[in-house]
Amino acid sequence: MGMTTLKGKAMNLRLGIDVGGTNTDAVVLDEKANLLARFKSPTTPDVTSGIRNALAGLVERHPELNLGAIRYAMLGTTHCTNAILERRKLNRVGILRIGAPATLAIPPLVGWPPDLRDAIGGHYVIVEGGHEYDGREIRPLDTKAIREAAKTFRGKVDSVAVVGVFSPVDFSHEERAADILRDVLGDIPITLSHEIGSIGLLERENASILNAAVIDAARTAATGFAQALSEHGIRAEMFFSQNDGTLMALEYAIRYPILTVASGPANSIRGAAFLSGLRDAIVVDVGGTSTDVGILVNGFPRESSIAVEIGGVRTNFRMPDLISIALGGGTRIHRSLDGLRIGPDSVGYRITEEAYVFGGQTLTLSDIAVAAGLASIGDPRRVEDLDRGLVREVIDKVRRLVEDTIDRIKTSAEPMPVVLVGGGSVIVPPGLAGAAEIYRPENYDVANAIGAAIAQCSGEIERIFSLDELTREQALEMAREMARQEAIRAGAHPETVEIVDVIEVPLAYLPGNATRIRVRAAGDLALITSHS
Amino acid sequence: MRELQSQEIEDIAVGAAILGSGGGGDPFIGKLMAVQAIAAHGPVRLVTPDELPADGLAVPVAMMGAPTVVVEKIPNGQEIGRAFAALSSFLGQEVVGIVPIEAGGLNSMLPLALASTLGIPAIDLDGMGRAFPELQMVTFHLGGISATPMVIVDEKGNQCLLETIDNLWTERLARALTVQMGGSAMIALYPMTVWQAAQHGIQGTITLAERLGRALREARQTNRSPIDRLLEVGHGYRLFTGKVTDVLRRTAGGFVRGDVRIEGLDSCRDYILTIAFQNENLVATIDGEVIASVPDLIVVLDAETGLPITTEALHYGLRVAVAGFPCAEQWRTPAGLEVCGPRYFGYDVDYKPIETVRLPWA
Repeated sequence: MGMTTLKGKAMNLRLGIDVGGTNTDAVVLDEKANLLARFKSPTTPDVTSGIRNALAGLVERHPELNLGAIRYAMLGTTHCTNAILERRKLNRVGILRIGAPATLAIPPLVGWPPDLRDAIGGHYVIVEGGHEYDGREIRPLDTKAIREAAKTFRGKVDSVAVVGVFSPVDFSHEERAADILRDVLGDIPITLSHEIGSIGLLERENASILNAAVIDAARTAATGFAQALSEHGIRAEMFFSQNDGTLMALEYAIRYPILTVASGPANSIRGAAFLSGLRDAIVVDVGGTSTDVGILVNGFPRESSIAVEIGGVRTNFRMPDLISIALGGGTRIHRSLDGLRIGPDSVGYRITEEAYVFGGQTLTLSDIAVAAGLASIGDPRRVEDLDRGLVREVIDKVRRLVEDTIDRIKTSAEPMPVVLVGGGSVIVPPGLAGAAEIYRPENYDVANAIGAAIAQCSGEIERIFSLDELTREQALEMAREMARQEAIRAGAHPETVEIVDVIEVPLAYLPGNATRIRVRAAGDLALITSHS
Repeated sequence: MRELQSQEIEDIAVGAAILGSGGGGDPFIGKLMAVQAIAAHGPVRLVTPDELPADGLAVPVAMMGAPTVVVEKIPNGQEIGRAFAALSSFLGQEVVGIVPIEAGGLNSMLPLALASTLGIPAIDLDGMGRAFPELQMVTFHLGGISATPMVIVDEKGNQCLLETIDNLWTERLARALTVQMGGSAMIALYPMTVWQAAQHGIQGTITLAERLGRALREARQTNRSPIDRLLEVGHGYRLFTGKVTDVLRRTAGGFVRGDVRIEGLDSCRDYILTIAFQNENLVATIDGEVIASVPDLIVVLDAETGLPITTEALHYGLRVAVAGFPCAEQWRTPAGLEVCGPRYFGYDVDYKPIETVRLPWA
């Protein structure tokens, strides 16, 4: 701090780290978002040591960096996703549903994969309470039953998920339940469903249970990141990437770790937006094993509108709209009597040993890209003798595959700009149909880490508003204000917060006195200097 | 008599979403209830009317209100059974068969859950052959059957018995009760004899839903075009193929109304299809010319998977096929069209049976 003050100018550097399937990337940007340093390192099974390696590599390669000037450190990590997919290191979750006598027809955890259900313990209690769509109580909250439930949870659960019927309309029962739970169980992590998901009890309940189950995984990630930073004397404010391409302050991330699921693709999309300067575009992110095609709308990744499954569980949890195909720099080319087949298998991170151009014996898409003159990696002489017809055929197939995927995600027949990012994107040939223009911005291969580093903080609310006492305009203004406050809680500077998205859907089959409103707001990190 | 296990329930749920014509609510919650019931009480017995005594009491059951409420305030599970018991005791007669009132959407599932729970057979017919928003929009109403005595209950234990002067009053009063009960309620109504159910109901619709659902599932497994299979099974027509480019929604007269604009792809290139909807898809037009209208079924399907898309889920960018299926003959009479033809919903167009319409792009 002293040094920057002496220069009379704040040096607010930003560190961004993003964990991908193949590589963990780290970048440092200055306050005008110029890239000062970058480093790629293989992702490790435990994730944390990969993050540590990436940071150590970055520091070693760029001794000129003033580490003390790193003010913000952003991490996009797969700790929580992996915990769910691998059913490892999950918290045992106590589930408290508030809604009886409603909801008894379908108890919690119905339809869960048995191994995941076992991993979180399967403890649930349903008590009386909850609300109607218009905010009336179904029944008064049964506080005595909650106290009893808390006692049965004692010693058997590490965290609690509280799910009230129509809590997106009125969350007071969830909050009162949390007070009682804390009273009995002490300092235990409690997830309130109205903070996690929207209307749709089972899906919101599932997302809340998963959130409660990955609290420790998020803490592990946070501790590991903090240690890695302090090893290099970096004393920065820490943020986690979430899956809408924005950031959460550390303490917020530990409460809502489920929001980190699928943050990687969101970071790439935001990074692509930043690097290309576009606000509306298709983003093709090619890694070592797979390609994610997403769409940028008004500067943010478009959200998927369908129920998404995480680890085999149906949730209504927000996720970026993505189409993933098995196409990457390490994708293998199979030749047989039946003809030519691309993938779906990949050599992944072993590409630097196994691909032809790196002296290996496996024909990969990267080799074809080098042979076609699209890329210059490894030793081009090793692919000189490849059959030209084969090279052309593979390139044509890749082009058609990418064009097809772009077409599927598009919103209209109009050509749209396409931004290519990710280390494997050299395999995409030029001249894609349906693309107005193709951008391959500088530093395309670390777009994800850049996306993490430049991200804003955001807040989102979704509620049903009864229009008996409010006008529609009042309801919308109330929703906007709540989203604004939520963004500020997540770390946004109040003066920079803007509303980025408003969706309103009146409820079907009900006389028109209720409407569902969802608003998202986003703003810059607190205290950042302006770009001008 | 046939026994329905959970696989059949899964298929019927998919088929019911198709028959919902964009409305009727997602059958998902009802499906979970039916599957839970089967696990606890055994399979659903599905019968044709001739397997039951002609003068036996047959009772339709349904959920009334907003499907969006049901996905949040899931039923208690006992409501329909209570409504059923109340009606049966009021009439002083045992119920021999459960009648699904609405083959489309969520309401396809609730009678099946109840049939398993109570061990009473479900009759393979319904009163709509699709989904409709109001209580009098059933073929039983056309047949002159009174909707009342009717029982309406909620999960809190409230229970009302309605006796009204006509079926429109039943709709009006029951709708008001539904709102007070929290936006969704369970109802048992149109008590009738098995003979009347057979006479006025639309036969075989549960089996049709099952065949549609199975066709989709099998097409997916065998890499056949799911949409072609659906059209084959349901004797339907491909009305359009395209991309959703605009969805307009507004609240008017208490219900959501809207229009979806679909720009043509492939053979429909250069054409634009517009569908007007109010909960369900109601009127489809190309260049101002009506190509399909209520009571025929207009179904928006995902172009790739063939899965139906509800009007609430319509959004910009979806790639869709629009299918049309002929409605039951009962709806095509002057009396039927008065109850649920395009003019009832406020569209000043004449109904033309879907099989007589020439598609401009074809």
